[in-house]
Amino acid sequence: MSKVFKLDESVEKSVKKLLTFLLNKGRIRGALVLQKTDGNSAVAYSLITDADALASACPLCPLMPSNAASVLSRLTLQESLPEPLAVVLRPCELRGFIELVKHGQGSLDKFLFISSVCGGVYPLKMVQVDGSVGEKLPQYWDAVKRAEIAPEIRPTCRACERFVPLGADMTVATMGESGLETKCTIFLNTDKAMGFIEGMEGKLAEEKLETEAIQQHKQKRKAEKNKLYDEIGLEKYGLSGMIDMFGKCIGCHGCSQVCPICYCEVCTFESRDLEPKPAEFERDLNKKRAIRVPPDTLFYHLGRLIHVAISCVGCGSCTDVCPVDIPVSSIFLKVRESVQELFDYVPGMDPEEAVPITKFETEELVEFED
Amino acid sequence: MKEFEPKIVYFLCDWCGTGGCETASAHHLYYPENVLISRVHCTGSLSAVHILRSLIEGADGVVISGCHPGDCHFETGNYRARRRVAVVKSILETLELGPERVWFRYVAHGEGRRFVDTAAEFNDHLKKLGPNPLKLRRDT
Ligand code: SF4
Ligand code: SF4
Ligand code: SF4
Repeated sequence: MSKVFKLDESVEKSVKKLLTFLLNKGRIRGALVLQKTDGNSAVAYSLITDADALASACPLCPLMPSNAASVLSRLTLQESLPEPLAVVLRPCELRGFIELVKHGQGSLDKFLFISSVCGGVYPLKMVQVDGSVGEKLPQYWDAVKRAEIAPEIRPTCRACERFVPLGADMTVATMGESGLETKCTIFLNTDKAMGFIEGMEGKLAEEKLETEAIQQHKQKRKAEKNKLYDEIGLEKYGLSGMIDMFGKCIGCHGCSQVCPICYCEVCTFESRDLEPKPAEFERDLNKKRAIRVPPDTLFYHLGRLIHVAISCVGCGSCTDVCPVDIPVSSIFLKVRESVQELFDYVPGMDPEEAVPITKFETEELVEFED
Repeated sequence: MKEFEPKIVYFLCDWCGTGGCETASAHHLYYPENVLISRVHCTGSLSAVHILRSLIEGADGVVISGCHPGDCHFETGNYRARRRVAVVKSILETLELGPERVWFRYVAHGEGRRFVDTAAEFNDHLKKLGPNPLKLRRDT
């Protein structure tokens, strides 16, 4: 059993109420939440210090316009926060940020992390192209209430088994909660969380986070993941399949731009070092008589995999932004699992545990010696 | 038909790996001419991307040799390299892109024989595997 705080308004309103309380009490300097633009047509992360501005916030809106992990890394790359900041983010975003901090790309100090049991998010294209996310909300929350997978959410989310937050100070219960529109249960996972809500109107109680509904939902996601494996069918790819799959890549590198784990200031694959020189074209042409230009599409993707596989949190941002609909994160899925299993590593789970590639054991992996 | 002669990139660390190679030359031991030696400061400083790049840009296989466990000039570079190689090989394996074309083997300074044997053994191994399909593609 864990401590919970119960409010009697819808989950979305309750989270806003909580943020308002924290701002008005001066317990936080600001909040980072999703907010609608004035025209209501777009949703973006915003830093808010004025409680009134929370009116247009939509903290649990099922969209990921940018990855909060990257946003938080930017805020704390130079120095840690001077004053507390509350952040409402998805479980994968939080894990991504923890991973970035482990890579020395930010600081966890003074954050109050508020996450939710995650029903997934819609593809960005649905907002950009037809703005239809608003209409989907009733059906989305209805599915979450019944602990079903909401139709039309991103394939990555359908197959995501880590939708219960790790490392959050507060966790908003959603999955299988029948009274979502009228009440809200927030799990207080840390002492910090307890301190922050002190004096707020609401009821303290004890409840179990991993309910039956969540367990069952996990099974559904697992089944979806296996389905995705079959759809992608990586094992029948081999080289030709990989080349075909990435054949339509336009080389925009959007997938790395949005990836929370691709944090390098200068990407190896955009550096001068790898810029093909005329003599190299000449050399390759002498050997092959025909080459794709610009070259190195597969090299880029395999290279990116080498760099991110161990820390990839499966947030799906890469797939979401690909202009030519390459299911990047679905292809990465099996690869990252195999690498993470090698080191028995769950990215973003434990801030104290070093990223495996930065450490070693003296006696291990002998099967990789030849 | 001309017998297939693999192109091999052999990364040696500046210390034991290179030392092993020098010991071999002092003893007039020979290794196949199609082995291209590339020295790195430490196997721990070898980027996984270099292994991949070699395979894409024309190598049929890549060998990496550094100091034996406990003997690394920088103390831990070889252990770090082992993790990196494990990552690369796992990825190549999951994608069925030929993890068997990458070898990781310790060679000590005095092990000239082990160095030339490794080169010859890998050469035979690649002859059996045939040319690396990755390097033959025009559309990567
Ligand atoms: S990948 Fe998982 S945690 Fe992330 S948004 Fe989708 S369901 Fe939520
Ligand atoms: S976002 Fe798509 S098109 Fe752009 S580099 Fe990535 S895979 Fe290629
Ligand atoms: S590779 Fe894709 S799924 Fe993995 S962390 Fe980066 S953006 Fe997210």
